[in-house]
Amino acid sequence: MSNLGIGTDEWVAQHEERLASQSPLKKLFARIPLWAKWGSFFLIAFLFGMLSDNQYLLRVGVNLALFIMLSYGLNIVVGYAGILDLGYVAFYGFGAYGYALLSSEQLGQHWPTYVTVPFITILTAILGYLISLPSRRLFGDYLAIVTLFFGQVFVQLVLASDNITFPWADDYVDITAGSNGIPGLDTFNLFGYIFDDIKDYYWLLMVIVLVLTVAIHRVSATRIGRAWRTVREDALVSEVMGVSVKRVKTLAFVAGATIAGFAGTIFAGMQTSVFINGFDLPLMVMIYAAIILGGSGSLAGALIGAIIMTILPELLRVPNYGAILFFVALLLTFFVLSKKFSRFLIYVVSIILIGFAFQLAMKAIGVTQANAEDWVVGFTGDLLKNWLFVPENRILWGNFAFILLLSLIAFFSIAKPIWKHVLLPFIGFTAIFLWEVRLIADVSTTRQLIIGAMLVVLMILRPQGLFGQTRVEIL
Amino acid sequence: MSESLLKMENVDTFYGSIHILQKVNLEVGVGELVCLLGGNACGKSTTLKTILGIVKPKAGTITFAGEDVTKVGTPGRVKLGMAVVPENRRLFAPMTVLENLKLGAYVRGEADPADLERVFELFPKLRDRQSQLAGTLSGGEQQMVAVGRALMSRPKLILMDEPSMGLAPKFVEQSFEMISNLHKSGVSMLVVEQNANMALAIADRGYVLQTGRVVLTGSAKELSGHEELRKAYLGR
Repeated sequence: MSNLGIGTDEWVAQHEERLASQSPLKKLFARIPLWAKWGSFFLIAFLFGMLSDNQYLLRVGVNLALFIMLSYGLNIVVGYAGILDLGYVAFYGFGAYGYALLSSEQLGQHWPTYVTVPFITILTAILGYLISLPSRRLFGDYLAIVTLFFGQVFVQLVLASDNITFPWADDYVDITAGSNGIPGLDTFNLFGYIFDDIKDYYWLLMVIVLVLTVAIHRVSATRIGRAWRTVREDALVSEVMGVSVKRVKTLAFVAGATIAGFAGTIFAGMQTSVFINGFDLPLMVMIYAAIILGGSGSLAGALIGAIIMTILPELLRVPNYGAILFFVALLLTFFVLSKKFSRFLIYVVSIILIGFAFQLAMKAIGVTQANAEDWVVGFTGDLLKNWLFVPENRILWGNFAFILLLSLIAFFSIAKPIWKHVLLPFIGFTAIFLWEVRLIADVSTTRQLIIGAMLVVLMILRPQGLFGQTRVEIL
Repeated sequence: MSESLLKMENVDTFYGSIHILQKVNLEVGVGELVCLLGGNACGKSTTLKTILGIVKPKAGTITFAGEDVTKVGTPGRVKLGMAVVPENRRLFAPMTVLENLKLGAYVRGEADPADLERVFELFPKLRDRQSQLAGTLSGGEQQMVAVGRALMSRPKLILMDEPSMGLAPKFVEQSFEMISNLHKSGVSMLVVEQNANMALAIADRGYVLQTGRVVLTGSAKELSGHEELRKAYLGR
């Protein structure tokens, strides 16, 4: 840093040095060509499809592919063009219901697949265009509220359309079957080839995801792709560069809707049934979580985010995997927070001691212990059952432990360093207690908690997401 | 004055019910460098916005390159040959220098390599920094990208909004030198500036705006000699 005169921007001058000081792992990763990174993903997917006959795993693969399509689509809308669309999942639902209505006894229609799918996809594109008309004049939060409204309108419409009485008719008409959903859809039948195996969908989706990946990657490097990003960054300047902001926004919106609608038709054909609660806000949140996790505006990020959001909940279904994930995460957190190995050991020993102290205290005041068979799930419970005192009324205790844990963490975040060392072992013990008593058995809550916690931690450590670009602000 | 490139006639612009520009007449000839002077809140930026079509005037006509553009949208006007270097440069910070430059050529389709080459010849520093994110550049370099971005569309007229704003004194001088050189190479320009001294030193003609009216116009020489103006803006 010598010879830098006053007034020279050091940050700028250091640019090259900063590039050179990147970690070797990062450099190695950067040296792998792009096609090889993507290629390895598709190669694994291909080999898996060739070798595996496990119905469950193939179904996870199909769900993953559908989720990738959804996060690709949302990534165009939110990541590239910066349109905060909270009604996105309705296009997915529209595609699925569109296919369902034209391929089931619900309306007595059985259109051929090669007509239904393109027809419904185009219909979704038109719907996307219509909804973009009022939406494209809005920004940020306002847009989010309006699109959220559109999404909910779709849900309510489907729920209410099982009982419509037209003025000219005496009897009501049932279009969508409301909350009952539509079962018994035709599976895909392309020119006589019947998709009667999950593997057929697996191959179909793999080709679609491959094509989409290449297409979106190409488009993002053209002037349309650049225009999307400038609209996100600074719509006014984009306009004075000659970009027709409205048209470009609409294009992104419609592209996202089309992909979602297309994914919806495939989902319906694969599932052979549709239910409205599959297209409501929880799924929307999951897709958003995927692209935020992966890094909004990055295609690789959308892929990785989708993989995490699909695979992780599946892993957490099995208590043992969930336990491994939990304890590894807990130990890692403590390891990072302690900074020194000796201190880390002190923490671990403290947690163990707190466990024994808790046991003694509980026995002293005469709380009855629960039977081990009642609460032990998975191997960690087996390991810990003689150390961890679980009271009989464990659900209630678990709930209190949850509140206690949150309070401890809240205290921890504002405490002085000295108190942090005292608090940490207690936090650790409470977390383990809560996990064994409550969370490990309650899979659906745990999944959401863990995903939520992961998002919070990631946003603190890496606000731009895994593959997102670091934000650079011009002041 | 040579053949007219941009002409505003009796333009009235409103923000809601507030009358901003009042019967503004302004003209830029082919190959001319015209500066638009005035203090804060006198309507300089609104004039630019009206020329670009970001705000639509209530009355009056705007003619550009022989066409009445009063009803034409912003992208349409850019297509006809306007380009802008916005106030504070406003680059697309998380995009690379190259992407920023390519964006300037948006209305022409994909960027022409010859245009890129021309920008790099003009600003050799940018050639090395092509793949760097625009937000990591220094103020002076950002100014180069902003001007380069405007040049990429091969504009007939470049509108510059406060080219000296937010730059270190050294860069301000460089910036005006650059504008002067561009002008000498034949580009027509309208420069909006608070720094009247600097602007008049390089301009052919000037307009002085005050509370939305053109109160004074003339050649740069006349204006720098004008007693009242000197007192009000030049601080001499």
